[in-house]
Amino acid sequence: MATPGKQLGDRLILGSVIVLALLWTAPLIWVFALSFKPNAFLMQHTDVLFSPPFTFKNYRDILGTSAVFQWVVNSCIVALGQTFLTLLLASLAGYGFARTEFPGKRWAFAFVLAGLAVPEQAIVIPLHRMFAEWDLHNTYSALILPKLAAPFGVFLMTQYFKAIPKDIEEAALLDNASRWKIFLRVILPLSIPAQATLGIFTFLSAWNDYLWPLISASKPEMYTLTLGLAATQSNFAQSEGIGYLMSQAVFAGLPIFILYLFFQKYIVMAVAGTTVR
Amino acid sequence: MSTVDPGLRAALSQRRGVSALRAAAGWGHWLFVLPFLAVYIVLLVVPVFRGFWLSLNEIDLLSNESEFVGLTNYLNLWHDEIFRRAILNTLYFVVLSTPAFVALGLALALALNRPGKTGAALRAIFFGSSVLSVTIVTLIWRLVLMPDRGLLANVMRSIGLSPIAPLLSENLALPSVALVTVWWIIGLPMMLFLAALQQVPQEVYEAAAMDNAGRWRTFTAITLPAIKRTVALVTIIEVILQFQIFGQVQLMTNGGPNNASRPIVQFIYEAGFRQWALGYSAAAAQVLFGLMLIGVAVQAWVARRREAN
Repeated sequence: MATPGKQLGDRLILGSVIVLALLWTAPLIWVFALSFKPNAFLMQHTDVLFSPPFTFKNYRDILGTSAVFQWVVNSCIVALGQTFLTLLLASLAGYGFARTEFPGKRWAFAFVLAGLAVPEQAIVIPLHRMFAEWDLHNTYSALILPKLAAPFGVFLMTQYFKAIPKDIEEAALLDNASRWKIFLRVILPLSIPAQATLGIFTFLSAWNDYLWPLISASKPEMYTLTLGLAATQSNFAQSEGIGYLMSQAVFAGLPIFILYLFFQKYIVMAVAGTTVR
Repeated sequence: MSTVDPGLRAALSQRRGVSALRAAAGWGHWLFVLPFLAVYIVLLVVPVFRGFWLSLNEIDLLSNESEFVGLTNYLNLWHDEIFRRAILNTLYFVVLSTPAFVALGLALALALNRPGKTGAALRAIFFGSSVLSVTIVTLIWRLVLMPDRGLLANVMRSIGLSPIAPLLSENLALPSVALVTVWWIIGLPMMLFLAALQQVPQEVYEAAAMDNAGRWRTFTAITLPAIKRTVALVTIIEVILQFQIFGQVQLMTNGGPNNASRPIVQFIYEAGFRQWALGYSAAAAQVLFGLMLIGVAVQAWVARRREAN
């Protein structure tokens, strides 16, 4: 079907996208390769990538400073905690809004939707004061709690629950099953795809969150990995250690990147699925 | 109700024609939404009002006393050279980055909307950097843009140019941050456009191919009208996201050189948590909030007008 001219055009487009992709990955490859070079060598050369000298010293240095492990642990606790609690609150509320009737429901839903318009920056200052009054800064609670108030998850789950056919539920109701039982036994298992979408989103944004941890966690032992990396960048000027900085970027980036490659299909579905309705 | 089988419907209509789901209405169902509502009110609604109240006050941190000063903070912001610069910088950044996100995201989606392994691998490359945190991205790019020894300097030397340090230049600092931001999260608009392209029925393209329509003509006559809602959506999402720029700037240029790249959020952060002028900082946050609402309203208005035409 395709004419020769069309085929040539296709190849040209694909070719230029491949060139762009190579440009896109060049910084990553450069940083990865140089992270295996001695710092003294990098003082003179940053253009020798794939020939000796090689060293693992930069990575040994990271493992030597125990703070990084604490940061990884903190990030895991915060991201997993936030994900679990968001799924719990959003599923309950989503079910309530989508499938039950109670006085004032419409009003309550509109009230929650209005929160979508509030940017994080508009509330960080009062939030900081509130957590100071409660004496909660530098705790996991402070790092986890504020993001639970975001209405996006409730909105997503409500939309999803609304799309589940009602027959199933009405049959169960006739059997005199309680709404809680129906929610747990019937509706929750059916909503696993939406749970996965919201879970991945919440985990990634918790892991990568920067502004709130920067404001709330002032003790290095309470830093998340994202925040800890920012702290080590502050002495960037002493650039005799750029190999060390590069190995830090790889150390922090590679695990989440590998995780991405594993869950790629679901992440892409999560991103694409939120807008296709 | 239309999907319920006849027997069940008969059973249900015995209860005065009300569906079982409706009949089960009651105050008890508040329990489903109450846990979220409690968190939402305490940690979002209350802070919104407290933020607004803070912006009308001046807080003395030593005595922790606040004094009502009315609109003084806003008036001071109006006369604050650095804040006005921050607003302009933010708008400049949004204007630089949003069209790039829309145009490049759409171009990549069009080129990579193909089956097979090559397309999948390329999609993975362009989306992959989105999962990295802002601190990793800035660490990588500060190294790349390092004067003398960075990757950029190496490349420029190898093609016979003298190396530049874009982050130290007043004119290039913010555009560089915009470029890094596009590199970081171009995957999001690309994926949204890809999802939209998949929804366009294949038959219309086949009809266009029969008519021997060219690539550009097919794009403007078929593809673009079919995905215009997504174009509007991506634009709104990007405007909202880019208005909130903070981490990249704070870590790459720290607002410099000479305030040339300081955006509003960094101003809020520094006023609030470096100078501890909480009322002043809260006022700046209200301005950002207002600007974003205006931006979204304008976008929605333009999109609606275009749809009406």
